[in-house]
Amino acid sequence: MKIYLKIWRQDSPATPGAMKNYELDDVSADMSFLEMMDLLNESLIQKSERVVEFDHDCREGICGQCGMMINGRAHGPLTHTTTCQLHMRSFKDGDTIYIEPFRAAAFPIVRDLKVDRKAFDKIIQASGFTSASTGEAPEANGILIAHTIAEAAFDAAACIGCGACVATCKNSSAELFTSAKITQLALLPQGQVERADRVIAMVDQMDAEGFGHCTNTEACEVECPQEISVLHIARMNYEYNRASIISH
Amino acid sequence: MLDSKIPEGTLADKWDNYKEHVKLVNPANRKKLDVIVVGTGLAGASCAASLGELGYNVKSFCFQDSPRRAHSVAAQGGVNAAKNYKNDGDSVFRMFSDTIKGGDFRSREANVYRLAECSANLIDQAVAQGVPFAREYGGYLNNRSFGGVQVSRTFYARGQTGQQLLLGAYQALMRQVGANKVKTYTRHEMLDLVVVDGKAKGIITRDLVTGEIERHAANAVVLASGGYGKVYYLSTLAMGCNSSAIWRAHKKGAYMSGVSWIQFHPTCLPQSGEHQSKLTLMSESLRNDGRIWVPKKAHDDRKPNDIPEEERDYYLERRYPTFGNLAPRDISSRAAKERVDAGCGVGVMKNAVFLDFSKAIKEQGKEKIKEKYSNLFKMYDKINAVNAYETPMLISPAAHFTMGGLWVDYELMTTIPGLFALGEANFADHGANRLGANSLLQASVDGYFIAPYSIPNYLAGELKAEKITTDHVAFAEAEHAVKEQLQQFLNINGHLSADHFHKTLGKLLYDGCGLSRTKASLEKAIVLIRQLRAQFYTELKITGDHTVNSELEKAGRVADYLDLGILMCEDALSREESCGAHFREEYQTADGEALRNDKDFCYVSAWEWKGAHAEHELHKEPLIFENVSLTVRSYK
Ligand SMILES: Cc1cc2nc3c(=O)[nH]c(=O)nc-3n(C[C@H](O)[C@H](O)[C@H](O)COP(=O)(O)OP(=O)(O)OC[C@H]3O[C@@H](n4cnc5c(N)ncnc54)[C@H](O)[C@@H]3O)c2cc1C
Ligand code: SF4
Ligand code: FES
Repeated sequence: MKIYLKIWRQDSPATPGAMKNYELDDVSADMSFLEMMDLLNESLIQKSERVVEFDHDCREGICGQCGMMINGRAHGPLTHTTTCQLHMRSFKDGDTIYIEPFRAAAFPIVRDLKVDRKAFDKIIQASGFTSASTGEAPEANGILIAHTIAEAAFDAAACIGCGACVATCKNSSAELFTSAKITQLALLPQGQVERADRVIAMVDQMDAEGFGHCTNTEACEVECPQEISVLHIARMNYEYNRASIISH
Repeated sequence: MLDSKIPEGTLADKWDNYKEHVKLVNPANRKKLDVIVVGTGLAGASCAASLGELGYNVKSFCFQDSPRRAHSVAAQGGVNAAKNYKNDGDSVFRMFSDTIKGGDFRSREANVYRLAECSANLIDQAVAQGVPFAREYGGYLNNRSFGGVQVSRTFYARGQTGQQLLLGAYQALMRQVGANKVKTYTRHEMLDLVVVDGKAKGIITRDLVTGEIERHAANAVVLASGGYGKVYYLSTLAMGCNSSAIWRAHKKGAYMSGVSWIQFHPTCLPQSGEHQSKLTLMSESLRNDGRIWVPKKAHDDRKPNDIPEEERDYYLERRYPTFGNLAPRDISSRAAKERVDAGCGVGVMKNAVFLDFSKAIKEQGKEKIKEKYSNLFKMYDKINAVNAYETPMLISPAAHFTMGGLWVDYELMTTIPGLFALGEANFADHGANRLGANSLLQASVDGYFIAPYSIPNYLAGELKAEKITTDHVAFAEAEHAVKEQLQQFLNINGHLSADHFHKTLGKLLYDGCGLSRTKASLEKAIVLIRQLRAQFYTELKITGDHTVNSELEKAGRVADYLDLGILMCEDALSREESCGAHFREEYQTADGEALRNDKDFCYVSAWEWKGAHAEHELHKEPLIFENVSLTVRSYK
């Protein structure tokens, strides 16, 4: 099929960017979206032009490295699907596709569609862990964990750190991402000792990184490839209030 | 002479003996010692975090934008440990002997025993980090069985075990970063190793954003850069996976072992066209409940559900009645190739076989199957737009795991003192074939439990050594060579992209050095890869500049893959036997099974680089088996 592309090109954070037009003739429906981008880049090389830079690695929806705004939606038209798992069968012959980077003040543009998501690492550094040094662990079956709790913790732990929630949110809030980690560790017995300090440190760091606040539009949950639930945000607020009471 | 430094004592005593006698470094001295860790997968992240906890000064590198994205994240199925929670006869010794046998008697007894010994500890460590492994209703940890064994020793976190283990290690690493014990360098690629007076003293990296070439000095360098299966282009690996870190270390003197021992995973999504950039893995755990078959008749174009039971060939159950659909990977992959070559393959390119869940759904109910594999069925649907609860999946073998890698001794040190290799980057524990769910384990055990003993044992001797800084001439030379090579790529200005060369190389390797090899196919591949390499240096085309440039990154990786591809073929050519994943058609039994030759080939190959225009030199580390007898590996 024939596809028309309008892609954000920006050399560096310091220079202005703009949308540029491209056309591709031989796109097949079985191609993944990123394979379509490969095809475009191959054609740019043939024309001696600089390729479109975009982030990707695993191409199977788990590393969280890919991510673009496609026709205004984070990761494109399908719900709960990463950009790399999107296939061209979701588009039709003659379509025009708008491609832009994930935009947020806390995610500066590196080049074209690549953005810098270090702010997420900083939030985890603040306290997104249990302080279990190597060798300190007790026997794994020593503390039983109910099946339902383990499953609920897993649901929260499944976040791939892609940033689609931030890019989708009109406030560029990172609350879905942050709350998922807080919930996972608050549910598990191993996370109890640091539970109160953790939520305070992570929320403070999230604010320090320049992410906005949640105003409950719930757009993030719709785009999240891992179906992380907004209920975690409610849980985070509960944990935060609980921690504030405990520590005062 | 290669010295594997196996400690004294009985098999069960060796690791304890080693730990009891290692040199220690006084806590006050640790912060004077710098360690570079390349890679943030399970091996690298666990090593960097553990050394940081001990108080060493650690620098951690990865090419992705966050350490959490290393390809360990993609492992689905699970991680093995000899906990014997199921009371089904598992033990450290059984896990050891399963792994030795699974590797077709081409790995070191002492290393493999240690892997099994440390396995239980890893589960404890991961649970303490908050890894949400599957639990039974009573709250106890759950297990399942994996290919090649008859006990249930595989721990799992739905279909995302690698992700959850990696996040545990990543979080441990982030904790040390927050505490200023570890400094991370993301979007950095290691492009050379710096060796001073025969010892590893640092690396040269390229900042993938600014393009700057940087020097980093240290008392020890750890390579945990993962596997090189992406050399085949179409593989289950991530797009950025590369051999550059280990290959450039190889060119500085580190030997490479078992280079041609590549595992082809039997349950991947088949190639559907020329545009394809990767082959997605469907976890092997699916083989617990899925049955593999092809039509009995060649070129049968009917839909799978229209083919009656008696016209189906469940070829694994037929050929291997004891293990059936759980036969080890190399055997399953080869059996699939055998059927596809016989014309019974299915799918658009006739390159696939069916994986069928109808019986399991009938017996256990759809809900149970959903609970076990829902994310895999969902993924299958996303990629193919097919509901696998109703129609069988299409699967085919794909390049997946590299048993080969840098030669290391018992301490995980390479032939260059001060250079360590961990995880998939080394050759150590899997022999000629890796058992499923053993490599997340190996990567973790290397990083959490072995490196924190063996690296300090080396560092203790570094305290009195002369401090090498980045002003040393060896750094200047290495930096200069890296810059020259990058400029060379930009200057060629031909007409073919790096991807073109990578895809062509991949095809040559699948044909010549793939699931099965012959003397003729290997010799032909060597000639063709040499030609391709010559063409690469005259016809490559890269656009863009010195800063953010994914084409420039690719060119360096492909250049190394071209060299490596030739060594893979040479390694396979020199091994005139079939063992594990290495199947030489000339060496097989009458019923088509691998024919090992213990008299002449019971050794590990260790290849030494002799310069760009010279042949590699083959060294041999003999393998000695004192605790298991060398049997014919049979899963019949
Ligand atoms: C799809 C898939 C599924 C799998 N499933 C299982 C399973 O179920 N069970 C199991 O036991 N095993 C499984 N494996 C194998 C297992 O996941 C890997 O062997 C293991 O995770 C490797 O870990 P690692 O730390 O050695 O390397 P990786 O996790 O690959 O990490 C490599 C690191 O090195 C860095 N790096 C590489 N090159 C450079 C360079 N030149 N400069 C700087 N940094 C560099 C990368 O950025 C990355 O951080 C699977 C593998 C794949 C591909
Ligand atoms: S919460 Fe969802 S959208 Fe946000 S980073 Fe995690 S996986 Fe991505
Ligand atoms: S490339 Fe890894 S999630 Fe898309």
